Amino acid sequence: MSRIQERFDALAGQGRKALVPYITAGDPHPEQTVALMHTLVEAGADMIELGVPFSDPMADGPVIQAACERALAHNTSLRDTLGMVRSFRQRDEDTPVILMGYQNPVETLGTREFARLARQSEADGVLTVDLPVEQAGQALETYREHGLDTVFLIAPTTSEARIKKICEASSGLIYYVSLKGVTGAGHMDISEVKNKVREIKQHSSLPVGVGFGVRDAESARDIASIADAVIVGSALIRQIEAHLSDPDSMKKKVADLLRDMREALDLDIPEADLSATNS
Amino acid sequence: MASKAPERPETLASGQVPDRAGMFGEYGGRYVAETLIEPLAQLEAAYFKFRDDPGFVAEFEADLSHYVGRPSPLYLAQRLSEKYGGAQIYLKREDLNHTGAHKINNTVGQALLAKRMNKTRIIAETGAGQHGVASATVAARLGLECVVYMGEEDIHRQAPNVYRMRLLGAEVVPVRSGSKTLKDALNEALRDWVTHVDTTFYIIGTVAGPHPYPVLVRDFQTVIGREAKTQLQEMTGSLPDALVACVGGGSNAIGLFYPFLDDAGVRMFGIEAAGLGLETQRHSAPLNTGRPGVLHGNRTYLMEDENGQIIETHSISAGLDYPGVGPEHAWLKDIGRVQYESVTDEQALAAFHELTRVEGIIPALESSHALAYALQLAAKMTPEQKIVVNLSGRGDKDINTVADIEGIEL
Ligand SMILES: Cc1ncc(COP(=O)(O)O)c(C=O)c1O
Repeated sequence: MSRIQERFDALAGQGRKALVPYITAGDPHPEQTVALMHTLVEAGADMIELGVPFSDPMADGPVIQAACERALAHNTSLRDTLGMVRSFRQRDEDTPVILMGYQNPVETLGTREFARLARQSEADGVLTVDLPVEQAGQALETYREHGLDTVFLIAPTTSEARIKKICEASSGLIYYVSLKGVTGAGHMDISEVKNKVREIKQHSSLPVGVGFGVRDAESARDIASIADAVIVGSALIRQIEAHLSDPDSMKKKVADLLRDMREALDLDIPEADLSATNS
Repeated sequence: MASKAPERPETLASGQVPDRAGMFGEYGGRYVAETLIEPLAQLEAAYFKFRDDPGFVAEFEADLSHYVGRPSPLYLAQRLSEKYGGAQIYLKREDLNHTGAHKINNTVGQALLAKRMNKTRIIAETGAGQHGVASATVAARLGLECVVYMGEEDIHRQAPNVYRMRLLGAEVVPVRSGSKTLKDALNEALRDWVTHVDTTFYIIGTVAGPHPYPVLVRDFQTVIGREAKTQLQEMTGSLPDALVACVGGGSNAIGLFYPFLDDAGVRMFGIEAAGLGLETQRHSAPLNTGRPGVLHGNRTYLMEDENGQIIETHSISAGLDYPGVGPEHAWLKDIGRVQYESVTDEQALAAFHELTRVEGIIPALESSHALAYALQLAAKMTPEQKIVVNLSGRGDKDINTVADIEGIEL
């Protein structure tokens, strides 16, 4: 069983929802990423989406674009990103890590080499933003061979026929993009999201995570009421951005925001159940 | 080998490439985030419906005649040909089109599609500003809202075109991310499109981007080659020996080349921008120096570093300053049908002056790249032979750049 599935099963047993923070590897500095990942876990993350920086992140809003630029200013490569996952694993063998990025750095390294290294570093899943399921054929096989979960996006514009196709190609979880827009946008319509998540669930038994429009504890809780995982990126990275010169308060602010979200997600869970995980 | 596409000038339809998935061999495709898949499928369906629709084709052709001013002349540059002592040099005068470049052929076509798809808002990216002006122009004519994304760097380089766009009622949005040039403007336009897919039609300015853009833009631009073929037949009774065009994304080049691909005796040369020299890394020549990769929705040759990050490009001409190239050119390179060469800033600048002084035509700096190569090529050929050069645009927009380089204050 994959780490991602294991984690979702454990959460489901407790009636809890997954909190999945996104940060960009190498932002604000490659040496801070692993520590930041541990901070995220301590503050209540159930799994981590680790962004691979790319020079042309066309699906991302200004906040994650700037994160990529900061990471690339230190030449953070895909290989470096995998190295960070490996170091993270020295202290954390349980928290799943999903690599999220764009296709070109993967191809430059070589899909097979990337899969091999990802496996070796004990990353758990791959989400390539600009690799829709039709173009993914060969890569899908390679990732599966290497025991990596293949995560795909479903968008508000995705037709039912495609939802089916994407569900068939997915493992680990399905990522629903809550709005028409880029990461960090703020115009999510919760009832629309609810309908679409329900539609996805008719085609798959996989957990569904929702992201792109989660900004605070309240929107996190809204999403948690209709999905299995809440994915939050830009809101956290805004905290990184605001405290670039002071790593300690940066970590604290990121942790505070995530902890608020964690609490909001767990509001209705009895204390006794909570002590079982996230120790 | 050349595509075995039957030429069907009576419609816009094209032949064997791309395949149904938009692949030209291993290039092209649709590498975009999920949100854009459905809008692209809708665009594809609309385009393939209308390109065989006689009503659509007739309207397109009428606009090309009465609004763009086609056919553009094929002009024998006699003094220039004599001076170089080789082949006869013919110029396909796309500079004489309305708005001053070949870009308008494509925007007129895409605007007709936008209208039929009931979109109320036009967005575009632009480098030199020619495509932005051509988009703002068709938007004004149809009464549509128009937003043009332009790298901050290019806004400074191409100030006259920025003002033209604003006069035409377009909003010009400066793009400050990345290298602040054309590639970043394209990213920003894609982000806008993702956010406003219901109302917005994205007019891409070259044969790049996700399927169906490379085929759609090509089809709208093949009027250049079809006219040139007929015109040269009428003037000389024969086909050209060589075609030369500059390659930024590759739309003016494919527009000229495509109708000749099956004519095995016609050699074709696509000219990339060598900037300060291919060896300096300060250029925009992915076909000459790059590797295949994925950017802006398609697989093609790219300028990238060892980690797959796209690198900054340089060219004296903003319209060639792009790290990728249309996927059909990548394919034509690999099959050996078109030869891709390059010309430096300095050589292009010299050709700019040469044409201006010898023929009284001020060419765009982009087109000057094609011209510079054609002059070298002509000298190695005989006076019985004929070269057609795509004069893709006029140089008025570039006079500030040229004056600047030469230390002249206007
Ligand atoms: C006059 C002119 N020629 C050529 C180009 C390059 O584009 P393409 O390679 O698509 O023809 C441009 C682009 O702005 C242009 O303005």
